[in-house]
Amino acid sequence: MTDLVDAKTLPIERPQSQLWRGFMPWLGLAPFAIFVALFLILPTLNIVAGAFQSEDGSFTLQNLMDLNTPNILGAFWVSMKISFITALLGCVIGLLLAAAVTKGGLPPWLRDVTMTFSGVASNFAGVPLAFAFIATLGRLGLITVLLRDWFNINLASTGFNLISFTGLAITYLYFQIPLMVLIVTPALDGMKREWREAADSLGASGFQFLYMVALPILWPTLLGTFALLFANAFGAVATAMALTGSSLSLMPIVLFAQIRGDVLQNPHLGYAIAFAMIAITAVANLIYIGLRGRAERWQK
Amino acid sequence: MKSLKIWSWIGFTLGAIYFLLPLLATFEFSLRARRGVYSFDAYQSVLGDPQFRETFAFSFAAAIATIIVGALIVVPTAYWVRLRLPQARSAVEFITLLPLIIPAIVIVFGHIRMFNTSSMIPLLGTVAGTNVLLVFGYAVLSLPYMYRAVDTGLRTIDVRTLTEAAQSLGGGWITVLGRVIFPNCFVAIVSGAFLTFAIVIGEYVFAALLNRPAFGPYMVWMGGNKAYEPAALAVIAFAITWGCMGLIQAATRFSKHNMVKR
Repeated sequence: MTDLVDAKTLPIERPQSQLWRGFMPWLGLAPFAIFVALFLILPTLNIVAGAFQSEDGSFTLQNLMDLNTPNILGAFWVSMKISFITALLGCVIGLLLAAAVTKGGLPPWLRDVTMTFSGVASNFAGVPLAFAFIATLGRLGLITVLLRDWFNINLASTGFNLISFTGLAITYLYFQIPLMVLIVTPALDGMKREWREAADSLGASGFQFLYMVALPILWPTLLGTFALLFANAFGAVATAMALTGSSLSLMPIVLFAQIRGDVLQNPHLGYAIAFAMIAITAVANLIYIGLRGRAERWQK
Repeated sequence: MKSLKIWSWIGFTLGAIYFLLPLLATFEFSLRARRGVYSFDAYQSVLGDPQFRETFAFSFAAAIATIIVGALIVVPTAYWVRLRLPQARSAVEFITLLPLIIPAIVIVFGHIRMFNTSSMIPLLGTVAGTNVLLVFGYAVLSLPYMYRAVDTGLRTIDVRTLTEAAQSLGGGWITVLGRVIFPNCFVAIVSGAFLTFAIVIGEYVFAALLNRPAFGPYMVWMGGNKAYEPAALAVIAFAITWGCMGLIQAATRFSKHNMVKR
């Protein structure tokens, strides 16, 4: 209302007030912009800048080159491996589960139960999840004890150890699979019955339908969710720390120790580690965001 | 077709075993505290621990504060973008997704560097300031969930008509937001709020690195020092998560029910 009055009584200021009017709506975003800048963007940029600065503040690539130690590269490798494997298995198993409850002819209520449970399980991460698996597969865990008492199998002597790469992967899958189910079920629902019928009437076999119709439609969702699951596992700290202590050297755990106690002597090395983590999850998620747009075209 | 159904059942059953066994095992484990018999001793020991009550109360308060801060930032923003700035929509959505891309540990690392005692905003200099920083950090973590929940809620109401109606009756912006928009997307806010609660209550990395006496670090400490109590804590944490998700569903159902009646 006020700019209308301004415009009439002060015609000279008109261009300015129009500019003002064009700018006004953006002011409504100010609280959000300030919040995001202060607590998300600037802290992250601070880290990124720190990765390229030496002790006296001048530009350097030395910090990134210093990452090239067996210790840090090893942690990177383990982190990449666990993220890749749990993302891949999470995608495949999640897809099969989702397919079973949506297209497999199971009673409809099972689908609702699965979806609700997935909502819970995908949020049941962190410290309690580690405790749950210690109680299941740990030294005194239920399965360990039952295998010993009932079948006389000593889990430890088979080489299995919960506090290991395999154990961590099994634990991570507990939140990876449900996340996949949550994301892929709507995509599976979008697969219309008519497509199957059309393929059938053209003489396609079940395998041909999967290979030539279903997969091409689903692959952006699958690849995109893979990227999301990858980042999800890559950034997880609490589960791994509660499960393995610091015996398994993962990237976030190395960074955690670095922030806590400067164990790496050079504080700027911490920035470099953090920067490398952002770079890896960013690439994974840019793929996700890029592919999501393509996937949504089919989900009408 | 018949074999498909059999395979579906097999797959579903295997999945159910994988997902239910740890829950069952955790519960069973939490009952083992007394030698030879099942008992609720571990729960008694946990619930009777003053540290449990203090840390849980701290995290509870942090979660409530996070929900309030998050709602105050997200609701006006999502509303404003829908009403006046549709061109900013994809940019705002992208920013709200950033906390999924940037690992939490990196964000808190940035906070520690940016708000230390020798910085322009020395939040980490005082306990109250650190608590404020913790809450804003949690608000960042919950941003993707809160924004999506609220934006979905706004989609179901006619924002423009409601705003014009309220303004033509003489309502200012505060009235429009507080008395028209907030109540109308209350269910969406509640969904976002419970999700936020589930995330914040057991959060570890932020609380540990900012040295706050929260529930997450307490659980880790218990995990290192006690045998059966951690399992009891896991059962309690799972019950809280389940409760939050159940309440979200209940709220959504309630709103649908409400709409049909109208």
